[in-house]
Amino acid sequence: MKRNILEAAKVIRSKNAGPFELTFDIMFKNREFYEQFKSQKIINEKMIAGILKISESDILSLIWFAPANAVKITIKRPMPSGAPGETDIYGAQQHAPLLAIEF
Amino acid sequence: MTTNEEFRVLSPTAILGYGFPESSFKRGIERKPHLIAVDAGSTDPGPYYLGAGKAFTDRAFVKRDLRYMIKEGVRLGIPVVVGTAGGSGASVHLEWCRTIIEEIAQEEKLSFKMGVIPSDVDKQAVKKALREGRISPLACVHELTEGLIDETTYLVAQIGIEPIIEALQAGCNVVLAGRCYDPAVFAALPVMQGYDEGLALHMGKILECAAIAATPGSGADCALGILKKDSFILEALNPKRRFTCESAAAHTLYEKSDPYHLPGPGGSINLEDCSFTDAGDGRVEVKGSRHEKTPRYLIKLEGARPIGYRSISIAGTRDPIMIAGIDKIIDEVKQQISDMSGENDRSQQLFFHVYGKNGVMGPLEPLTQTASHELCIVIEALCPTQEQADTLCSVARSTLLHYGYEGRISTAGNLAFPFSPSDIKMGQVFEFSIYHLMDPGDEKLFATHIENYQDGRKA
Repeated sequence: MKRNILEAAKVIRSKNAGPFELTFDIMFKNREFYEQFKSQKIINEKMIAGILKISESDILSLIWFAPANAVKITIKRPMPSGAPGETDIYGAQQHAPLLAIEF
Repeated sequence: MTTNEEFRVLSPTAILGYGFPESSFKRGIERKPHLIAVDAGSTDPGPYYLGAGKAFTDRAFVKRDLRYMIKEGVRLGIPVVVGTAGGSGASVHLEWCRTIIEEIAQEEKLSFKMGVIPSDVDKQAVKKALREGRISPLACVHELTEGLIDETTYLVAQIGIEPIIEALQAGCNVVLAGRCYDPAVFAALPVMQGYDEGLALHMGKILECAAIAATPGSGADCALGILKKDSFILEALNPKRRFTCESAAAHTLYEKSDPYHLPGPGGSINLEDCSFTDAGDGRVEVKGSRHEKTPRYLIKLEGARPIGYRSISIAGTRDPIMIAGIDKIIDEVKQQISDMSGENDRSQQLFFHVYGKNGVMGPLEPLTQTASHELCIVIEALCPTQEQADTLCSVARSTLLHYGYEGRISTAGNLAFPFSPSDIKMGQVFEFSIYHLMDPGDEKLFATHIENYQDGRKA
């Protein structure tokens, strides 16, 4: 049976990394979950692109960061911060689709 | 430097003007800091503030924060360094903040020497660099053109530690800098005294958000950084908070694209061998951060240009039939307005932000059907002039209000307006026009202007 990511993660957030990039952090509850997600590649570029409805080429990096038991995904911002049609200047409320990840 | 020596930095608040508890600041002062430093800005609030030359923080609270810092700094002989004055750090922001300090000096009758470092870059110098191939865009950024440079209202560079060190070496008690690499205000003085640049900058990277990196986090509380020969220690100054390995490591991820390599002017901080260990009493010790110089000393340029004017109207709907058909209704309303204006003028842009459906994520929203019983609709018109924006907003509002959509049973009006007047002029709109790296070559771009205050009077 699939489990929801919130059983494994305690922080899931999004934020601008400068006005042209958007970055997502998933911090796991402990080193075991971190290692499980990392070794099984549960979080990967293809899956993130699907969830965020973006092209895989718009994912700039997916980096595992052990000191924080975290994985960081940085994408090309859908539009530069504040451009016409903007909905979220700080990019702080774009994380919700990640809450649906299952493992 | 001996191994016992340490350099203590007091960071009062995440952004100048966000405030801090007096008790935390006093605890910080009791720890006898060698430096009080604060970052006063960010690009996060969007392009308007840089483009329009306005501060995004409140003047009264910026003055309140500065009064504590400057009064205590001058009284105790602790240097005070402020970076990215006025939020965006252009000359107009710098002057705004300088005036506040001048007022504090007068009101408190203070005597000190202040170094003011503008970070504006001359447009001709940037054009020359562009022609000579010394400009490159950052990731996901458009190519720069001379036209974009011409249209940019304010053009600044993020300065590194070097101009601040110059001001401190000139004996300034207070240093007020324009746009500044956030960690530079914290790192300049210890690096000048021989401390490791990698550790000093990494400590600055954490301190620039003050207690945000502690737990529970707060952008409006103080933090202390203690820099040693081979490590630094983070300490909260409010008994309610503490630093943990986790909170410090988590903060290293914050707002950046790669947590192992943090680029800045002239180099980057390498955290591949960085470790966080518990130092007891809510303190964390960080080791292994290294500074690596880049082959050329590159600086980041930031600029914004005006792209038109905006008007908005805020309304709600509680009608289930309208809510079910909202996408189609908006498409039809857009079409009707475009038919009425007679031409498809692409300079006039109309947006409907539908809160309760996809107002936050727009086209990226994965849920297509709303479950909400009411929606908020923000009509946004973006046009070359304010008059055009007002007209487009007004027409869109009245058209949607009385639009006879399919299946309508509520024929008296489709929208609930909370306000009269219903339409708001938002003024000029800007976009980031420059976010590029520049190789300044041998040109010295930044110099300190010195001001002396004697008993509050500028000498």
